[in-house]
Amino acid sequence: MHIETPLFKQNARSALQDPQLQRALGGLPGGLVAQRAAARDRLPEFERLRDAGRDLRNDTLAMLDVYLEMYERKATEAGATVHWAETAADARSIILDICKSAGARLVAKGKSMISEEIGLNAHLEASGLEVVETDLGEYILQIRGEVPSHIIAPAIHLTQEQVEADFRRTHTSLPEHRRLVEPAELVGEARQVLREKFLTAEVGITGANFLIAETGSSVIVTNEGNGDLTQSLARTHIVIASIDKVLATREDLATVLRLLARSATGQECTTYATLSTGPRRPGDVDGPIGYHVVLLDNGRAELLGSRFREVLRCIRCGACMNHCPVYNAVGGHAYGWVYPGPIGAVLTPALIGIAKGANLPNASTFCGRCEAVCPMKIPLPGLMRHWREAEFESGQQPARQRYALKAWAWLAARPRLYHVAMRFAAAALGAAGRSKGRFRWLPLAGGWTRHRDFAAPQGRTFQQLWVEHQRGVPQ
Amino acid sequence: MTARDAILGRVRSSLGVKAGDQRRAAIAAERMAQHPETLVPDRAKQAGPALFAQFRALLEGQQAMVIEAGPAEAVPQAIARYLESIGETTGKPPAIRFGSDARLAAMPWRDVDWIDVRHGAAEPGDRVGLSHALAGISETGTLVIAAGRDNPVTLAFMPETHIIAVARETIVGSYEQALDLVRGAFGGSGMPRTLNYISGPSRTADIGGKIVIGAHGPRRLCVIVIG
Ligand code: SF4
Repeated sequence: MHIETPLFKQNARSALQDPQLQRALGGLPGGLVAQRAAARDRLPEFERLRDAGRDLRNDTLAMLDVYLEMYERKATEAGATVHWAETAADARSIILDICKSAGARLVAKGKSMISEEIGLNAHLEASGLEVVETDLGEYILQIRGEVPSHIIAPAIHLTQEQVEADFRRTHTSLPEHRRLVEPAELVGEARQVLREKFLTAEVGITGANFLIAETGSSVIVTNEGNGDLTQSLARTHIVIASIDKVLATREDLATVLRLLARSATGQECTTYATLSTGPRRPGDVDGPIGYHVVLLDNGRAELLGSRFREVLRCIRCGACMNHCPVYNAVGGHAYGWVYPGPIGAVLTPALIGIAKGANLPNASTFCGRCEAVCPMKIPLPGLMRHWREAEFESGQQPARQRYALKAWAWLAARPRLYHVAMRFAAAALGAAGRSKGRFRWLPLAGGWTRHRDFAAPQGRTFQQLWVEHQRGVPQ
Repeated sequence: MTARDAILGRVRSSLGVKAGDQRRAAIAAERMAQHPETLVPDRAKQAGPALFAQFRALLEGQQAMVIEAGPAEAVPQAIARYLESIGETTGKPPAIRFGSDARLAAMPWRDVDWIDVRHGAAEPGDRVGLSHALAGISETGTLVIAAGRDNPVTLAFMPETHIIAVARETIVGSYEQALDLVRGAFGGSGMPRTLNYISGPSRTADIGGKIVIGAHGPRRLCVIVIG
């Protein structure tokens, strides 16, 4: 996928000024937040399950080589062909080769973030294949020529009216004056159009929410049922999964499933969770004849040995972005690459490099809500802070910012001087701003005051107040 | 070096471990043998009527229909009444399809000989699919289908209406208990080609965030409880 992360600031600014987008963002993520909270409250064990989920993912990652080999062995025993891809380019060419030898002309695709990561569709299309996204949200984006703006609700940035216009524009074989008022009518039309595709596609490509080492199974978790049609109607099924998706046992899957849907949409569980193990067996009357799994590294093995290891626990539930004030304000596209929101702010620099991804870990208020809701308890703000450090160490920030940070660090490392300076600054600003209680303009802080007032300090520093508080001086 | 060896090599160097470490292999083998459960919520530990009531309530909350049919012999009649209730019997005679599941085949379909009973994988145009579940799970209102020749997977996704028969004694509290039944049927780490957890008719919220029932899969799910 095209990388636009360096343009974050411009993209965020235009997102804030896009009335259509702001309307679409208005109600949605908020609804997901309330639904998650309700689901959590219905399950008293939810918080303990988060600890359990974190621990079991840590255990599995610590043994990742062993479980990957076990997964490969079990899947192969069941008749799967397992491929290993070091890079996005490797994965693309492996998949294209499978499609070619399967004689594919039409490829049906289930939702897969990894396929976005490796830019799969463009690659297959360049070789003359027709690729159809079958997840409703992804299908809408495909006919619009857009990319997902959310990892589980890819078209969350669009309004119903926009979708209606797109369907009228592209489904030209249908009656012109048909009714498309209710969401159900739009869904019905997409179902009809896509059913044709399911039935003719020679290859079906899905992602995998998880892989299970114990049984060699790939798992998809969906509500629409499109993934299941994709993988059971085509002659060849290709699964594309990154190496961090491995779970040890089916019991581990049970624990993770208890967290995934509740965190994502507030459902007790998704409508479908499907474990696939190998191709069609003797006597079977349906299912794929060829079953391929492409295991993608693309930087994850190295991530495992870095201070960012914990991000590999992610189960892609989307809760962090639903709860993120920055994501809620600018939507997913502003982030400029596959993974938006807090998870993107940590994962993107790891996958495309901090040189291009530096804007994202900086696009955070560090409010901490993402970490507070993450079912895998990934310390997202802490990891973003590591990226900020890495950016500073790499020396790529503008000189003025670097000098300001250096000056600050010099001062902050000298507590006595720091206190004196702060006491002086607080008193001076407090006196100057006493009449209004705020500043509309401050020297050196133009970036801040251009958009909002700066609250005037009360005259004393926190340290001073704290000392008095300890002595029992009434405030 | 193959891509496989390169990736596994990088994983091992990140973890600071060596290939062929017997101690780590033993840890994994032990984990497979024990397949320990992590944390089973209290709601999954109920029994008797409470367990069933929760199963039913959750499924209904997920827009599925639950019918207690009584003995297996009464299932065809119950299905006929259900088809009538959803308007499948108006116009041409209704048809349903199921695979070669012996429990379904043994039911007295001649009692409802005005229903066209077909077998095999789903075909375009099929309106009603019938499967027999391996288990039901109360904690989330979920049916477990071990799909294959007996219960072709396409029957659960292509027709507009999917009916799942489940024996009352196989409705358990937790996913872990259902997995015991899977192990009982397929042994150790054995699996059917497709193991489906199904918890309602298909749905989507991709248009304006509003939930619509009936996306690509069935618009209706009916659970027939036997016994
Ligand atoms: S980081 Fe956590 S909250 Fe965000 S998508 Fe991953 S698992 Fe969900």
